[in-house]
Amino acid sequence: MPIITYREAVRDAIDEEMARDDNVFLMGEEVAEYDGAYKVSQGLWDKYGSKRVIDTPITEEGFTGVGIGAAMAGLRPVVEWMTFNFSLMALDQVINNAAKMLYMSGGQFKIPIVFRGPNGPAEYLAAQHSQALQSLFVHIPGLKVVAPATPYDAKGLLKTAIRDDNPIVFLEGELMYSWKGEVPQEEYLIPFGKADIKREGSDVTIITYSKPLKVCQEAAAELERIGIEAEIVDLRSLRPLDEKTIYESVRKTNRCVIVDEAWPMASVASHVGWLVSRNCFDYLDAPVELVTGEDVPMPYNHRLELAAQPSVKKVVNAVKKVLYI
Amino acid sequence: MSRIFQLEKYNKEFLLGLLEEMVLMRRFEEKAGQMYGLQKIGGFCHLYIGQEAVATGSIAAVDLTKDYVLTTYRDHGHALSCGMDPGVLMAELYGKVTGCSKGKGGSMHLFDKEKHMYGGHGIVGSHIPLAVGIALKIKYKEEDGVVLCYFGDGAIHQGAFHESLNMAKVWNLPVVFICENNQYGMGTNFERVSSVHDFYIMGDSYGIPGKQVDGMNVLEVYEETLEAAKRARDKGIPSFLEVKTYRYKGHSMSDPGRYRTREELDEYRNQDPITLLRDAMVEHNLITEDEYKAIDQQAKIESNRAVEFAENSEEPDLAALYEDILV
Repeated sequence: MPIITYREAVRDAIDEEMARDDNVFLMGEEVAEYDGAYKVSQGLWDKYGSKRVIDTPITEEGFTGVGIGAAMAGLRPVVEWMTFNFSLMALDQVINNAAKMLYMSGGQFKIPIVFRGPNGPAEYLAAQHSQALQSLFVHIPGLKVVAPATPYDAKGLLKTAIRDDNPIVFLEGELMYSWKGEVPQEEYLIPFGKADIKREGSDVTIITYSKPLKVCQEAAAELERIGIEAEIVDLRSLRPLDEKTIYESVRKTNRCVIVDEAWPMASVASHVGWLVSRNCFDYLDAPVELVTGEDVPMPYNHRLELAAQPSVKKVVNAVKKVLYI
Repeated sequence: MSRIFQLEKYNKEFLLGLLEEMVLMRRFEEKAGQMYGLQKIGGFCHLYIGQEAVATGSIAAVDLTKDYVLTTYRDHGHALSCGMDPGVLMAELYGKVTGCSKGKGGSMHLFDKEKHMYGGHGIVGSHIPLAVGIALKIKYKEEDGVVLCYFGDGAIHQGAFHESLNMAKVWNLPVVFICENNQYGMGTNFERVSSVHDFYIMGDSYGIPGKQVDGMNVLEVYEETLEAAKRARDKGIPSFLEVKTYRYKGHSMSDPGRYRTREELDEYRNQDPITLLRDAMVEHNLITEDEYKAIDQQAKIESNRAVEFAENSEEPDLAALYEDILV
């Protein structure tokens, strides 16, 4: 099976869907002539031209709204936010227009649109350019939110997202773009709402998604050396959420650690933690532990910024805590 | 202010149509206000009384089989101009399941996809980029349509307005931006919060033709929209019309309007858009006083029927709470 990067997987998904459906187009800052700020859209402008790969002014509220309007009228836009840090400029459009249009029009207007781009901490970028904002989007009814961690998942989920008739928030990661993985040449789709067991184990369940998957895999390898078999549940899709897979795993291992690089309050981690506590109460041998981003803005200094994020050491310690060792 | 109505160039049916539409709006809104007072309608309810010539004149200039309308929360008039049924609208105001949005949108969120009425939007200025997106679709699909996008003077200072004008011009999209300057953003006179007092010049900032239009003269609104729509349709040039108008009522039902004087209100009542057209038509022997009374009576009957329909309609089922969140 060919090995490609996460960046290429995202690009291939957009390319294939644009080739399949003339109504699909890509818009955002630097996506066309410049080939994308992170080179995700490299080559697409050459292939599809300015009609379908559209450079926008730096005006996130404006072009996000333009995408939503085009979706109301029947097109299927893929809107790239250069990073999710700038999506905050467009939040009103996403929350008040994209997420609610179907509901407040009594079912008349569906909004088939994908908002995508890199989310989550990167390196040396400080507070305004390095943050994980998924909790804001996961909070909103009317949106679907997905956060793949591997090239295989990214491609299959993005193709599903582009074909979905609802507004989708698709979270990638600056540091994940160069990650490599096997991706088949033949077409495949991955349905939303299906978590993936990335590692099987019997002693503890580690629930995670997006970039922290790698930290969890390294932690599991370290734990294996001391005889602890961790099961890693990669949520992949945050809304809808695959509660079934979560509960089956926790009921098997009886211990649960949730790893999320977002801030802890009102987060995916805190919500899943509550769900597990409520639905697996009789199976739990220890309280659920969370490993999250520290509750601070991201500092520039590298030692400090690493300390602000989930790490192998923090995950190992949390596992030991739920195992009482 | 004196106005010259050159009625000779229009046929009688067209003029009667404009008059009937404006009178229906007036009576419908009066009825909505009355029903709000009786607590049949709740929440925010923004009446269009005084501004009737704007929606009527401009929407008469387009073809909704291929053109589109988007507006603000003060949307009852536009919905009527788009040909939506008064009963269905009143039912939406009542929150009934027979309303255009099944009772889940209310006064501020009137939609009719078939009739190309694309809302009914509640956040000031936030729908303006949507209009540009619909215009983008028209160009993308190589269609012949135009989008009319309405907003108030309050929206002029929102970033979304400026971002939208810029993109519409950069991409040459067929959209006509129509500012209904009713002179008050809620209770604040626009002159107190605006660095320029003639908004139409803002089109110049984006290379877009801008024009100030008399919003009490339905025929002037019609002609200017016709020209702007033609420019958009034929050449892909967006336009910006500042239509000077006035609302007689408060911003919403909870607003007694103490920020303006009796004299100011009277001055505008003396240039009422319905009275102006009616008087001109009488003068030109196109209508008699009795015929006008019959039109008014018919509008009252339709408004009463709308209330009757809303009253007799069912509440949405509780299960509707969880419907239409996702496709």
